[in-house]
Formats: sequence, structure tokens, C-alpha cells
Amino acid sequence: MEFFDRFAVPHPSPLIYASMVAIGLTVMAIILGITYFKKWGYLWREWLTTVDHKRIGIMYIISALLMLFRGGADAVMMRLQTSVPDNAFLDAQHYNEVFTTHGVVMIFFMAMAFVIGLMNFVVPLQIGARDVAFPRLNAISFWLYFAGAMLFNISFVIGGSPDAGWTNYYPLASTDFSTSVGVNYYNWALQISGIGTLMTGINFIVTILKMRAPGMKLMKMPMFTWSALITNIIIVFAFPVLTIALLMGTFDRQFGTNFFTSVNGGMDMMWANLFWVWGHPEVYILILPAFGIYSEIISTFSRRNLYGYNSMVSSMAIISLLSFLVWVHHFFTMGHGALTNSIFSITTMAIAVPTGIKIFNWLLTMWKGKITFTVPMLYSVAFIPLFTIGGVTGVMLAMASADYQYHNTMFLVAHFHNVIIPGVVFAMLAGLTYWWPKMFGFMLNERIGKWAFWNLAIGFCLAFFPMYITGLDGQARRMYTYSEATGFGPLNMLSFLGAGIMAIGFVLIVYNVYYSFRHAPRNVGDDPWNARTLEWATHNPVPEYNFAITPQVDSSQAFWDSKKHGYQLFKDDLKDIHMPNNSGLPIIMAGLFFIFGFSFVFFIWAGVILSGIGILACMAYRSFEKDDGYHIPVKEVKETEEKFGGAKK
Amino acid sequence: MKELFPLKQVNGFIFSLLLTVIALSVYFMDLSFELGMTILLITAFVQATVQLVVFMHAGESEDKSAIYTSTLYGIIIALFTVFGSLLAMVWGYM
Repeated sequence: MEFFDRFAVPHPSPLIYASMVAIGLTVMAIILGITYFKKWGYLWREWLTTVDHKRIGIMYIISALLMLFRGGADAVMMRLQTSVPDNAFLDAQHYNEVFTTHGVVMIFFMAMAFVIGLMNFVVPLQIGARDVAFPRLNAISFWLYFAGAMLFNISFVIGGSPDAGWTNYYPLASTDFSTSVGVNYYNWALQISGIGTLMTGINFIVTILKMRAPGMKLMKMPMFTWSALITNIIIVFAFPVLTIALLMGTFDRQFGTNFFTSVNGGMDMMWANLFWVWGHPEVYILILPAFGIYSEIISTFSRRNLYGYNSMVSSMAIISLLSFLVWVHHFFTMGHGALTNSIFSITTMAIAVPTGIKIFNWLLTMWKGKITFTVPMLYSVAFIPLFTIGGVTGVMLAMASADYQYHNTMFLVAHFHNVIIPGVVFAMLAGLTYWWPKMFGFMLNERIGKWAFWNLAIGFCLAFFPMYITGLDGQARRMYTYSEATGFGPLNMLSFLGAGIMAIGFVLIVYNVYYSFRHAPRNVGDDPWNARTLEWATHNPVPEYNFAITPQVDSSQAFWDSKKHGYQLFKDDLKDIHMPNNSGLPIIMAGLFFIFGFSFVFFIWAGVILSGIGILACMAYRSFEKDDGYHIPVKEVKETEEKFGGAKK
Repeated sequence: MKELFPLKQVNGFIFSLLLTVIALSVYFMDLSFELGMTILLITAFVQATVQLVVFMHAGESEDKSAIYTSTLYGIIIALFTVFGSLLAMVWGYM
């Protein structure tokens, strides 16, 4: 019996048992549904084995949205728990697990996946390529991310969730203080999805540097592609640090080493140091693509070219370097001296300068522009003031001496949600709405979209602005309850209401997808937004080969210039198109990685060894596999193009 | 015949052997810790450069500038990370 005891949840509650049942029923419903409608073959051929960057992008986005609801449910539970003093809805341990999973799910499995999903879908189209440089690797990246996400998500019904915060600081995360397998889950889930992210980084750098359409010089790339390039460079330099730190943590917890212990020469704060060496660049991995999306949207809906293209690019390059020089500001209060804190204080404040330049560039793009307030534009316009407030409170936190007051209070929580929600979440929703017709060939309903936007924007302000005040009044972060005498009650109730309004906003977005799928017209044409960049030069939805003829580019807004000044984008004739073959190997490998991670979490060495051999066997098989892809003959390309209303010329 | 002889690689090989001998000698000679470490660090980095340039052909393709730029960027970030961590974890308390 002892063997099975390990899999029991150490701290069960009716909520967890209910989720177990719900998960079981949902999985059964999905399996039965697919079997009943005989969709297994379709699913396997068209989606699970695909190497098409567009489908991988869409799968990333679907997973990200699922994770958004998982993390969002956690958020609502936390707000509900703190909405009134001395609430007994969640106990301390359960609350710890909830805020830990909320953070991990939202950063790693929602925001990262959303960012990478949109990059996957858009970047090859924006540079006029047929796919990414390594399509098979791209599929492996996705499935590794998915395996990591699933591994993390089963933690709360098998063995217990991690409970040491998303930052997972030692010694709290060590076996002395976190006795359940929760932190093992954290280590392995992030390790597996982190490998996927690192591969994505390499894949996209090569794609952007090597596969641009003829004529597209680096300084003629669309701004989103630029932001993707810089983001992926940061990924490649930052993620190895996380990989090693997680491995050291794993060794500490599972093999008794002393990297992060407080005895035997270990250094517990070294984890915090390494975590943030990765963690701060991670912030910019999330925000730079968002900046890219806003640049595209603001320029499109202001009917003006982007103001200050060169300064946009150079400020992103400066941000990418500075992002590696500020990490110590996450633990100013650790106890090092004034010199260290001053150095990192100054680098942190310096990063506000290039960011400020970008804000002014967006404002000047809109200046005297012919602005149309579509849903993507509403998100972008709301982003500017809200993000600026988040940025200014960031500069407040950057002042080391003042940070002793703000550190680990709700002020900090308000600050980083204030940059992440209007920065990343709004950008992803704006980008999703903007590129939706590209993905599915119809548009999302504007009226419901606007309702969702206003719910999100107002809900956001109500949920997070009160935290600035309670934080300054001394409400600590991650505190599961408080007494009535503190006076935090009313403002926390307001926060809860705000969270509820945001939840309505997200539900409206889902409803919008359903409604538009049922009712939206399908004849929206290839360029419904009157956009400026190359991805709109092909059809909606994009055929599998992207462009029938490789475009040739003369300017940074090639498509706009071809519309307004009659430049020819497609000069060649139709040729056979060379495409990569689908492969089942990525999903099989990811499955093996899942078993590997799960076995490692529970010290099941047989599982570790067998799945490890399986992974190596997959790699060996791939090394000797001969796969030259296939060709789509001209005739078929012509037929497809006719179906979309004639070849583009 | 002269064009076929890989003079650069042979020289590089001899030079890297020489570097190895110097590094190894630190163990056999009775040097102070500081001096020994200095010699080891210098020979290690020179060795890495020799390997990268001579045997991994870093400067021989049209990607030359991209390769050197990204290597340099990597080195800069590594140095910042190492010295920043030392500052935060060790030196900052003195």
C-alpha cells in the first residue's frame, strides 16, 4: 500500500475531490466524443502529427486559452478567499497551492504559450516564408510544452501541487519545508516545457535570419517580426540559466545535494539569484512580442506608418541587453549593501528610457492619424495609459531604499499585474482578434468583442488599483487571510468584484468565438482590416503553403505599398511547392517525456530508465530517417488558388 | 602542394598543445593560488578561442560577423551574470 500512498493528495478537500471527478468525466467525455464522431483519424493526421507552423500556432493558442481559464479560476478563488476578513473558504495550505499554480500556469503555460503561438502563426507569414526553418523541431517544441503543462496540471489531483510560490524560493522549496512531491512537479514540468521553449528560440532566430522573402532587409522587417527576433535571442540566452537552476533544485530535492541548502556550503539565496537571472529577461520575453503586436495594430488602425521605426528597433535591442542587467532588483531586501543595490537600481531605472521611447512612438503614430476604434485598437489604446501606470510604479519599486517599504506587499502584486495584464494579456487578445480572420477566415463579432474589452478593462482597474492602496497600508502578499481590524476588507472586496467582472469579460470572449463561428459571414476577403504587412497579402484562411508565389519586398510595409503605389509583390510564375512531411514522432517523444517527468517526480526509476531509453531511441530513429518532404504540384496549387478567387498577382 | 597543406590547423594544433602544457605545469610547479588561477584562466580562454576559430571554422563563412557578434554577446551576458551574481551573493556584504 505504501507505494500508492505517495500518489495521494497530502491535503485533500472537497474542492479537490470534486476536481478529480470533473477531470475524469471531462477526459472520458472528450475520448467518447471523438470516438463517437469518428474523429481520431482526422485529429491524428491533421493536427497531432502536423508540422505546419499555422496549426502549431493555433494549438499553442488553444492550450494557452485553456490555461488562462485554469489560472483564472485560481485567481478568482484567491480573490474570493481574501474578499472578506477571516474567510474560511480556503485554508492556508490550499491557498499556498492556489497562488503557486496561478503564477506558474499564467506565466509559463498561458503567457509563454500565447506569445509563442502568435509568433508561430504570424512570423513566417510576415517574412513571406513557407514554414519555420525546422518544422519538425517546432512540433517537438509544442508537444514538449504541452507535456510539461499537463504534467504540472495533474499535480493537484495526484500527489499534491507545489506550494512554495511561483518563484519557488529555497529553503522553503527544499525537502525540509516542502515535503510533498509538489516541488518535484514544478521542477520537471518547467524543465520539460523549458526545453521546448529553448528549441523554439533557436528555430525562430534561424527562421527570421535565413528565410526572409527576397528584398526584405533586416531593417525592412515588420515590427512584430523584429520583436520576435529579439525575444528569441533573449530566450536563447536566458533559458539555459533556468534549466540549470531547476536541475540543481532537482538534485537537491531528489539526490540530497547541497546547492540551495543552508548547510554544508549550500547557498539558499543562490536559487533566487539564478531564478531572477532567468526571470527578469523572461519579463521582456513576454512584453516585447506584445510591443510588436501593438506596433502593428496601432499603425494599421491609425492609417499611418509606424513612427520612429529605427528608434523602435534600437530601443528593443537596448531593452534586450538591459534586461540581463537588472535581476537583483527582485531581492533588494536580501541584505546586500548599498553599493550593490544602487547599481541594480540605476540599471532598472535606465530600462524605463527605451520603454518610454516606445510609448512616445506609439502616441506619435496615432497623432493626426485616422483612428478607427476596432477591438484590437481598443486594447492597444487602453494599453498605453494602463501600462504607463504600471511602468511608473515599477520605477517606484526600482528605488532600492523605498523598496524596503513595498517589498512583498500587495503593491508589488498590483504593479506586476498592472504591466502584465494590459501589456501581455491585452496584447494577446488584441493580436488574436486582429489575426483571427487570417487563422479561420471569418472575423470575431465587434460588438461582443467591445463588451468583453470594457469588462476586462474596467474589471482590471477595479481588481488591481485597490491593491496599491492596501499594499502601502501593509497588506502582505500571499497572506491567506487577515483580521477585520486591519481595515483591508472593503478594498479587497472591491478587488474580488473586479476579478468577477474580468471573468465575465473572458466568458464573453469565449461566447464571441462561438457566436462568430455560427453567424459571422465567411466572405471577408483577404484584407479585412486594410492592413499593411505581408501576412495580409495571402488568402484568408491561409492555404497550407502560405504564398503560392514567393513575394518580393521593397519596403517595410510591403503590402501597403503594393496596394497604394502598385508595387508588384508576386513577380514569379507558379512552381511546384516543396513542403515538409507530417510526423508522429514529436507527440510520441513528448509522451515519453511526460512519463519520464512523472516517473522522476515519484522516484519510479524503472519508468525513468525505460522512457529515457525511449526518448534516445526516438532521437536515433530520427537521425537515420530519410525525409525529403513532398511537392505540391502546380496544378493543385492553381486549383487551390482558384478556389480562393484567383491567383494573387 | 602548399595549398593543400593545412598550415593553419597544424599550427593551431601545436599552439593548443603548448597551451595545454602550460596549464598542466601549474599543477607540477609550486605556484601561489592567485598566480596559478590566473595562468589557468588565461590559457583556458585562449584555448577556447583557438578551438572556435581554427577548428570550428568560426571566421570562414559568410556568417562570420553574425557568429562573432552572437559569441561576443554571449560572453558579455555570461560575464555580467557571473560578476553580478558575485556582487549580489558575495562581495555585496563586505
